[in-house]
Amino acid sequence: MSLPKKTLEIRTSPHLKSPIQTDTIMRNVVYALLPVAAFAVYLFGLAALLVLLVSTLAAVLTEHFLCILNHRESTIRDWSAVITGLLLGLTLPPALPLWMVACGGIIAIALGKFMFGGLGYNSFNPALVGRAVLQASFPVAITTWYPAMTPDRFSSLPASSLTMPFMKPVWDTVTTATPLGQMKFEHIAAETGNLFFGMSGGSVGETSALIILICGAYLAARNMLNWRIPVTIFAVVAGLTAIFHGISPETYPTPQFMLFSGGLMLGAVFMATDMVASPLTTPGVIVYSAVIGVMIVVIRFWGGLPEGVMYAILFGNAVSPLIERSIQPRVYGTTSRRAKA
Amino acid sequence: MNTDPAHLSTNEFIKGLWRENPIFVQVLGMCPALAVTNSVINAIAMGLATTFVLIMSSMLVSSLRSFIPKQVRIASYILIIATFVTVAEYFIQAISIELHKNLGAFIALIVVNCLILGRAEAFASKNTIWPAFLDAAGMGLGFTFALICLGGVRELIGNGTLLGYMIFSENYQPWIVMILPGGGFFSLGAWLLLFNWMKSRKERLNLAAENSH
Repeated sequence: MSLPKKTLEIRTSPHLKSPIQTDTIMRNVVYALLPVAAFAVYLFGLAALLVLLVSTLAAVLTEHFLCILNHRESTIRDWSAVITGLLLGLTLPPALPLWMVACGGIIAIALGKFMFGGLGYNSFNPALVGRAVLQASFPVAITTWYPAMTPDRFSSLPASSLTMPFMKPVWDTVTTATPLGQMKFEHIAAETGNLFFGMSGGSVGETSALIILICGAYLAARNMLNWRIPVTIFAVVAGLTAIFHGISPETYPTPQFMLFSGGLMLGAVFMATDMVASPLTTPGVIVYSAVIGVMIVVIRFWGGLPEGVMYAILFGNAVSPLIERSIQPRVYGTTSRRAKA
Repeated sequence: MNTDPAHLSTNEFIKGLWRENPIFVQVLGMCPALAVTNSVINAIAMGLATTFVLIMSSMLVSSLRSFIPKQVRIASYILIIATFVTVAEYFIQAISIELHKNLGAFIALIVVNCLILGRAEAFASKNTIWPAFLDAAGMGLGFTFALICLGGVRELIGNGTLLGYMIFSENYQPWIVMILPGGGFFSLGAWLLLFNWMKSRKERLNLAAENSH
């Protein structure tokens, strides 16, 4: 005797299913990052290519290994580790010793992601956790910049890249200052045009604002990236800088310099928009991005470091649960707290 | 359970070293454990100073336990502990100004180390002098052992040295984060992970042994 066929199925919400899965979104983010990576390789040559490859490999292998260690199904197929690795590589200076890059990838996944329980539970952007640990560990190596567009960039590597693991790197004599460093310590502003198209020293992928903007626009158009986050960050940074530049043009840079220099573009478009570590509601997202924007300006103007995007985003990630709690939408069918009181 | 007095007193001493280790198992006294363990020598100095204060105050609390009124016991314990902390502070200052500078305010802060007040309240005030001494010595040495574990990892990775001697080659690139406050949290987390892993492994093995009988 078989059971009578059920005519009523009871299921819990959510009832609407989206055809877009996590790995679809993640794969598209990887596609969007590829032009940025390609341009970085064009600018810095073999060194940048190796940094990107090593960081991605380290991140993916760590993810695979930790999944096996935890007796879980390997999650490398969801592409999120690839993104973490690529993003980490893009934030590092091109001549960084490759063993440091590999350590960064391992730390990003192990400490930034698996310590919290894997994808969907990380309260901080894993790539930035990796970079923050590297920055605190090797403050000299991570602020030694290599010039872009050197003539032999596809045939030779900077001496520091292939340093033996755990040994001090030997630096080439040709190192350069980033536009932000020059602004902070020597008060020389770079030309905005150069910054916009990316022909300046800096981290592997923080150089061309134009390419990052185009790739970000592609993701936003496909609804895979919350466009409010980068737009609010840009607005807050530009607005605050305009005020200070208006008061004292000698001390503070122009808004366009602030927008197109350093890691602001990459950070605002690809890192602050981390789906797990940013708030869910629109007002929450606005507050979160405004906090990041203010922190960027504060650190760049009055902090000890020339660049503050990384710490600003990590700070934003840290306060994001608090923002989420204080800006909760009214549950449908209930009265607002104010009406009750 | 073995009720032989000699066995009991060994037990009082041993438990603080491993099974009830103040740092790795009870997670007490985190402030000095994170703040001054950036080198082995600091860890040893802080551990021994705390052990001294712990032993002396536990014995005094134990001998005065019927004399101190219940209502003012915490204040009395603090007074006793503070006395010995002052002794320890002057002693460290006398043997090495540099060490005193490295440990800084954390010597004075031994007064508020919850491990010491905790042992006074939980153990010394309820036991005679000899068990109180054993308990304090075990806990103090367990604390020192834990600080050396933390300090060892941090100094080795963060500076490439142990007790000031070069361990790796001259060209070793130090991980500066490990001697910064962040490194204290990383190494404490790693040690706690190791301890919990060993504990769960032991339990699993015990369970397997029981099942096989």
